[in-house]
Amino acid sequence: MLILTCPYCGIQCDETELAPGGEAHLTRHGPGSTDEDFETYLFDRANPMGVHFERWRHANGCGKWFLAARCTVTLEVFGTYKAQTTEPPAEIVAAIKARRPEWEAGR
Amino acid sequence: MSIRLEQGGRLIDRNAPLDFTFDTKHFGGFAGDTLASALLANGQTVVNRSYKYHRPRGIMASGPEEPNALVGLGQGARFEPDQRATTTELFDGLAAMSQNAWPSLGFDMMAVNQWFSSMMPAGFYYKTFIWPRPFWKHVYEPIIRDAAASGLPPKEADADRYEHFYAFVDLLIVGGGIAGLQAALTAGQTGARVLLIEQTAHWGGRAPVDGAEIDGKLADVWISETLAVLAAMENVSLRSRCMGAGVYDHGYALGYERLTDHAPQVAGPRHRLWRIRAKQIVTATGAIERPLSFAGNDVPGVMLASAVRDYVVNFGVAPGHRTVVVTNNDDAYRTALALIDAGLEVPVVIDARDRNDGPLAREVMRRGVQVELGAAVMKVKGSKRVEGVMLCRANGTGGAGALVECDSVAMSGGWSPVVHLYSHCGGKLLWSEDHAHFYPDPSRPPLGADGLGFVRCAGIAAGAMGTRSVLADATAAALAAASAAGHTGAATPPVADDAEETPMTPVWIMPQQALPELRAKMFLDFQNDVKVSDVQLAAQEGFESVEHAKRYTTLGMANDQGKLSNINGLAILADSRGEKIPQVGTTTFRPPYQPISFGSIAGEARGEIFQPLRRTPMHDWHETQGAYWEPVGHWRRPYCYPKQGESHDAAVAREVLATRNSLGLLDASTLGKIVVKGPDAGRFLDMLYTNMMSTLKAGKCRYGLMCSENGFLSDDGVVARIDEETFLCHTTSGGADRIHGWMEDWLQCEWWDWKVYVANVTEQWGQIAVVGPNARKLLEKLGGLDVSKAALPFMGWVEGELAGVPVRVYRISFSGELSYEIAVSAGQAMALWSKLLVAGWEFGITPYGTEALHIMRAEKGFIMIGDETDGTVIPQDLGLGWAISKKKDDYLGKRAQQRSHMTDPNRWKLVGLETLDGSVLPDGAYAVGEGYNANGQRNTIGRVTSTYHSPTLGRGIAMGLVHHGPDRMGEVIRFAKVDGALIDARIVSPVFHDPDGEKQDV
Repeated sequence: MLILTCPYCGIQCDETELAPGGEAHLTRHGPGSTDEDFETYLFDRANPMGVHFERWRHANGCGKWFLAARCTVTLEVFGTYKAQTTEPPAEIVAAIKARRPEWEAGR
Repeated sequence: MSIRLEQGGRLIDRNAPLDFTFDTKHFGGFAGDTLASALLANGQTVVNRSYKYHRPRGIMASGPEEPNALVGLGQGARFEPDQRATTTELFDGLAAMSQNAWPSLGFDMMAVNQWFSSMMPAGFYYKTFIWPRPFWKHVYEPIIRDAAASGLPPKEADADRYEHFYAFVDLLIVGGGIAGLQAALTAGQTGARVLLIEQTAHWGGRAPVDGAEIDGKLADVWISETLAVLAAMENVSLRSRCMGAGVYDHGYALGYERLTDHAPQVAGPRHRLWRIRAKQIVTATGAIERPLSFAGNDVPGVMLASAVRDYVVNFGVAPGHRTVVVTNNDDAYRTALALIDAGLEVPVVIDARDRNDGPLAREVMRRGVQVELGAAVMKVKGSKRVEGVMLCRANGTGGAGALVECDSVAMSGGWSPVVHLYSHCGGKLLWSEDHAHFYPDPSRPPLGADGLGFVRCAGIAAGAMGTRSVLADATAAALAAASAAGHTGAATPPVADDAEETPMTPVWIMPQQALPELRAKMFLDFQNDVKVSDVQLAAQEGFESVEHAKRYTTLGMANDQGKLSNINGLAILADSRGEKIPQVGTTTFRPPYQPISFGSIAGEARGEIFQPLRRTPMHDWHETQGAYWEPVGHWRRPYCYPKQGESHDAAVAREVLATRNSLGLLDASTLGKIVVKGPDAGRFLDMLYTNMMSTLKAGKCRYGLMCSENGFLSDDGVVARIDEETFLCHTTSGGADRIHGWMEDWLQCEWWDWKVYVANVTEQWGQIAVVGPNARKLLEKLGGLDVSKAALPFMGWVEGELAGVPVRVYRISFSGELSYEIAVSAGQAMALWSKLLVAGWEFGITPYGTEALHIMRAEKGFIMIGDETDGTVIPQDLGLGWAISKKKDDYLGKRAQQRSHMTDPNRWKLVGLETLDGSVLPDGAYAVGEGYNANGQRNTIGRVTSTYHSPTLGRGIAMGLVHHGPDRMGEVIRFAKVDGALIDARIVSPVFHDPDGEKQDV
């Protein structure tokens, strides 16, 4: 039962208020893309023991999708941020680096 | 034989006698008794039979760790199996039933199992009941289940009420012993909001029984004074009979409060599940005493030394007249003293250690009790109760042994901190060589969202042994936890002493070189009948991992979850592997700490309020008409409206024919309705639907398909363009919320710069379908709106007033008939429904349900999401190529539909199916082809997706997906029924009725 703060309404959401949406920052590949790119987009998901970026919807609340950076092992939350971005914002990266100096962005 | 003593019993009220029954026998007890203490007081030594060998078992413990004394409680709708006698408070009229014995506790037929125990080793079931394969299901399993049965399941619905309760606190403190009380006091004084919960009815834990002194007072006095202080603190809440059941992510915890188990006459909920969010959790959960492994350690009358002391001091009950104490530590000497103080006999204290000249041992000897050092119990004499023990040297094979007569044995193998709650959410443990137990590693606690620990242990649960240490540790833990929760303060622990004790020595079997015959009678897990020899065999056979050994032997898998057995078992496993205990490690601690009732988990969510019911504006009318309901999502829709004495089939046929021949009326309000609005609305819908929506003219409707990015068909419905920037998308009844979420997902997370809003307005509108050849006449009769073909052609819509009610009328048809779907604001829908019914009287207007709707759409070959689709079907499979735009560069699912498997000409495709004999094909039936597959099953070439009796055609009709189906029109293929019979069906067009669509476009 995680607690994640919705970056839109500011509410500390109990997990029961949220709907999970899987890995964040995927690049959509549509018609014209190679089989490899499309396969990556559709099926290839990170499953790290450690820092993970993920999508959550404040489904039983304001209805907005937001993104969270979280450690899948310790359940530590490095931050949540609005979904309208293709990569984690600098302050989230900094928060992760502060706690996990060995972590490298990107995959 | 156990008895009630003439005096003593700090928890019982001898002036309040109670009656209760055990099986058919009537017994007496006192207020304050547990069922266990009352059974002992009545000399009921045998309370159960063991799972596997059906050996007689007695009460062994005094708390939740009790493995044997499980009973069925209550009767009828209040019957509950597997209740612990040691945690059941006695009340007048309590009715308990023994379990797992037939025909009776005293004479159990299955007890013959124990004579064959050497033939039932670890993994016995796995090894024995493999062949022949079919025997497992029909012969072995039923017999084993019967033999190994525990309590019977209740037969009636639970008559009691349950509730959930939410709490948000700075500190949750679990355990109301002196550590928990001191922690609550300390944290409370910092101003933190504190919830202190205690699983029993009493505060103070073991301290009063153990004779602790705090601040120069008896423990009982300090406890009641501290409770009074806590009760006066507004920021501190105290709940007794409330167990800490589990600790979960980010400070979530469950408390299980038993409100009326002890007082069934009191009104109100029986159990309350506390759903707690705590900034910090302190577990002051104490410790559990370990049994010793000697032969016959399961004979009724062998008990934990602490339990013997509890029964004497708390309940004035003596487990025996003559009790042998056997131990590897000093604490059990307190039991010897308690027994002597109560005037009972202790013939000998058997101490496995070679030396003990500590104050407790000296005091026991001063009272004239013989202390045998370096000694062990070779075995217990007696079967249904203890008759004596054979005394031997601790370091040896046992030899002949010297008989010591007794009727009870008090054993202590040391104490293990209750680390369960600390471990539930990932807290790690350390091994103490001094005390031979696991204790919490404070440097590796469960972590919260901030990456910092949120659980601390206090007192004995943290490994602090001794009153002074416990209180000091609790004070420090509470200050640290309060500070982490934002409340700082200072406190000094009360004055107390740690008793001087001789160090304990780990003893894992007794005697140390016991031969196999003795090891096969040393029980580790009393509830599951797992012995020392079983764990050794498991290790020998390669089940070396502690998790594997657990599952192979069932050690710790009973409903006590190994509270007594786990440490002893893994010590044996470690020894067999030649490793140290911490290298072997523990199995995983999982919540709940003790079983909690299903009722408490469900809370109020049962019966009618299990989940919310969505009602259309016409719901009540349907109900008064005797509608037969079909659940659709959270909605209820009429399946049909049977008349008096009419079967459902007959009602459905009547509704279909009335609609086809004259006029039908359908409540379509559950249909999903989503407004999509904005300058980019057309562009957005072009991405969502497979066909082109941006070219739709205002005032027109278009049927559309939505696919997932995997290409599979996900939803369908009619889109109406309201104006240049506004579309209304109809979805399936069950799909509205999902599709709305889907739209939001793409707008928020992918195309966030597109100027589009979406809103789910499903419940703002009632929707009524007026269907049949007389539909237009009915609307013209109501008046106010030109619904002629010229003014409102097929696939058009208009807005206006019908009989004075503002409406929007869509000329769309899901039945193939002339059809108007009327959207009306939800508040006026029932009024319009009534006007339609009254005005439609002359046309024989007939409300119809979902089954008539399904049949009419199938007669027309219209697909239904969830029937023709199952998450593996693409629109191209269903002959819906006409609804897929060739002009668009992109839509969701387009790329996926270009994959080789999706364009494979061998995909099964939609066709109609007509049985040759006119019967109805079974739903989901497969068409069989030539040859057999690798599993020896017939190859399949198709399957039925929708199948009905068509009242219009008077025969069975079906749709199905068939290999090369559309190219095989007229061919007859065979479908297999469940009974193996085959049924012939001809492949035909899926449009059975009015193939040219003349009736809907009039």
